[in-house]
Amino acid sequence: METKILNALKWSGLGFLEPLIKLIQGKEKDKNIRLVLRQIVVPVLSVFIFLGVCNFGASYLYNKERDIKIEKTRSVQGDAAAAQMAECIDSSDLSCKPNSLPSPADVKQGAISLWNDHKMISEKKSAFKEKTAAINKQRKEQGLKAITYTGRPSFVDQIITSLKTVFAGFLLAAFFAIPVGIVLGLSETLRSSINWIIQILKPVSPVVWLLLVSMVVKTVMANSDSDKAFIISFISVGFCSMWATLVNTTMGVSSVNPDYINVSKVLRLSVFSNIFKVILPASIPMIFTGLRITLSVAWMVLIAIELLAQSPGLGSFVWEEFQNGANDSNAKIIVAMFVIGFIGFMLDRVMMFIQKLISFEAK
Amino acid sequence: MAAFLELRNVSKSYGTGDKKVEVLKNINLTIEEGEFIAIVGFTGSGKTTLISLISGLIEPDEGEVLLKGKKITGPGPDRGVVFQNYSLLPWLSVQGNVELAVKQVFPKMSKIDRVNHSRKFIEMVNLTPALQKNPSQLSGGMRQRVSVARALAMDPEILLMDEPLSALDALTRGSLQIEIERIWNESKKTVMLITNDVDEGILLADRVIPLTPGPNATLGEEFKIGFSRPRDKAAINADSNFKKERNAIIKYLDEVGMHRSGSKGEAYALPDLQPIIKVNKLKRINR
Ligand SMILES: Nc1ncnc2c1ncn2[C@@H]1O[C@H](COP(=O)(O)OP(=O)(O)OP(=O)(O)O)[C@@H](O)[C@H]1O
Ligand SMILES: [Mg+2]
Repeated sequence: METKILNALKWSGLGFLEPLIKLIQGKEKDKNIRLVLRQIVVPVLSVFIFLGVCNFGASYLYNKERDIKIEKTRSVQGDAAAAQMAECIDSSDLSCKPNSLPSPADVKQGAISLWNDHKMISEKKSAFKEKTAAINKQRKEQGLKAITYTGRPSFVDQIITSLKTVFAGFLLAAFFAIPVGIVLGLSETLRSSINWIIQILKPVSPVVWLLLVSMVVKTVMANSDSDKAFIISFISVGFCSMWATLVNTTMGVSSVNPDYINVSKVLRLSVFSNIFKVILPASIPMIFTGLRITLSVAWMVLIAIELLAQSPGLGSFVWEEFQNGANDSNAKIIVAMFVIGFIGFMLDRVMMFIQKLISFEAK
Repeated sequence: MAAFLELRNVSKSYGTGDKKVEVLKNINLTIEEGEFIAIVGFTGSGKTTLISLISGLIEPDEGEVLLKGKKITGPGPDRGVVFQNYSLLPWLSVQGNVELAVKQVFPKMSKIDRVNHSRKFIEMVNLTPALQKNPSQLSGGMRQRVSVARALAMDPEILLMDEPLSALDALTRGSLQIEIERIWNESKKTVMLITNDVDEGILLADRVIPLTPGPNATLGEEFKIGFSRPRDKAAINADSNFKKERNAIIKYLDEVGMHRSGSKGEAYALPDLQPIIKVNKLKRINR
């Protein structure tokens, strides 16, 4: 039972809690106290130090921005206006708050307001659904399209859209790069003849990929009414991120232990069983390393691509907030930054978990 | 009638130019069907190379290898190989490893027959308790036994064993030697056993053939072993013929060893079983 819990923790990436549990049970006190200090107390402490540094930096920038603002008013409108401005700022009136790096407290406030905004919008949405339920039923019977909610998406909706895009891009990358990687890995001739193309395309910037993809998609899908922005952005994400998987799969397949290849040769395995029984299982660790890099790259470039492709998601959220310039915009951008980071971290953990499930090495 | 297996003037070298290593030179060997022969030789002399040539994994530079009169052009399941480093697939269980081979050799066999067939050979090497274990959970000796079971389950016409017992302690070694002889007696397969242990060769084989040290290793004068079968280890050990035979082979090896390398003494350096897996990977990564 107990070992089961510990194993489950390890598997879900929470292995660092193990010494705490052991300590609570009173086992191996000295060793576990040291471990708890190192794995739990120090990391938590470092988070606080980080917040403190942020707070300090934010208030320094705030004061600087405040002085600039007052100076500016003074040079334009004179001393009286400047004094008034100083008073206004110090009374923490939102209308004349200097726009600088938000402090941790501001960020917290931003997160709360985003959450409230989300609650409000989803309420509106469900109200809209109720209202249109009857009409939509009728329209469906008449063979018409249902009326959908077209209001502003909330922060959470944006996250979900982004996840969808990244997932589609990741699948595209995996379905393209793994088979191609296997073929390249198996054939030395193909590998050396295509290598230079890969080496040249690999470092191309996400922005260029986006432009390229949109050139193609615009022509190919000229007459279709599907969501072009989504298609362009997920294909670009796929293109930018697939290289790691392609290179790793090629490497993994071409460096399968020759002993295993010999076994396959002596048994005269067919091409199909050779790939599925020998080559793939042997190169799964490498392929997964590639897939993990691919997923994190996909998530990283997604933001930039959404921003440029005008497709909804976290990227456009960040950009809109920046353009918007409301007094809590900066805080919201920082919230988005942490959400992006956290989701990226979780995605990597999920991949690690899947890898452990199917790799023979972990068994 | 053509011999069962014949090597004619076979030579093999690795690499080119300055780095060229002439491993085997002018190997001539004839094996009759049902024969058990042992090749003894120094480490690095080219024993594994010889096995690879017969199994078809590599091709000779000169000369030819004939199986039942036909030239060998590639590997195939008619020649079961027990690789020196076991070469089990680590993602398959003991049963899975054996079954993969069985499935390939007997594609028409039903699933149940296949399982039973595999189990029969796993039983033969006494590994039934480890049926579902993965190779990483087995000891070196157990892995070698799985490798033997896999090769036998393929029902090959000739069994090529590359130092199948070298990783075992003397006790286990002894019992497996008896096992190998029993299996050979039952199945009457042609067997070629590579070994670094002269005693093992004498105990098991009809003929013991030394491989001279490399480079340019070649097969030396052969020693016919006339003990009756089934053989009894204790009786043979006590037999004065055994000692005579053994001393003759060792003396021969000593002489060719001295002649070739100019060094004396270490006639029986154990083959260093290198972790070939890791080394190869490293090489590739470094490249
Ligand atoms: N693929 C290869 N490329 C280059 N040289 C090789 C290759 N394989 C073997 N050799 C060389 O050929 C010689 C014979 O090697 P081989 O593995 O046949 O020896 P062996 O008799 O089986 O040794 P051991 O008893 O240690 O297993 C060695 O000098 C080795 O360095
Ligand atoms: Mg060898």
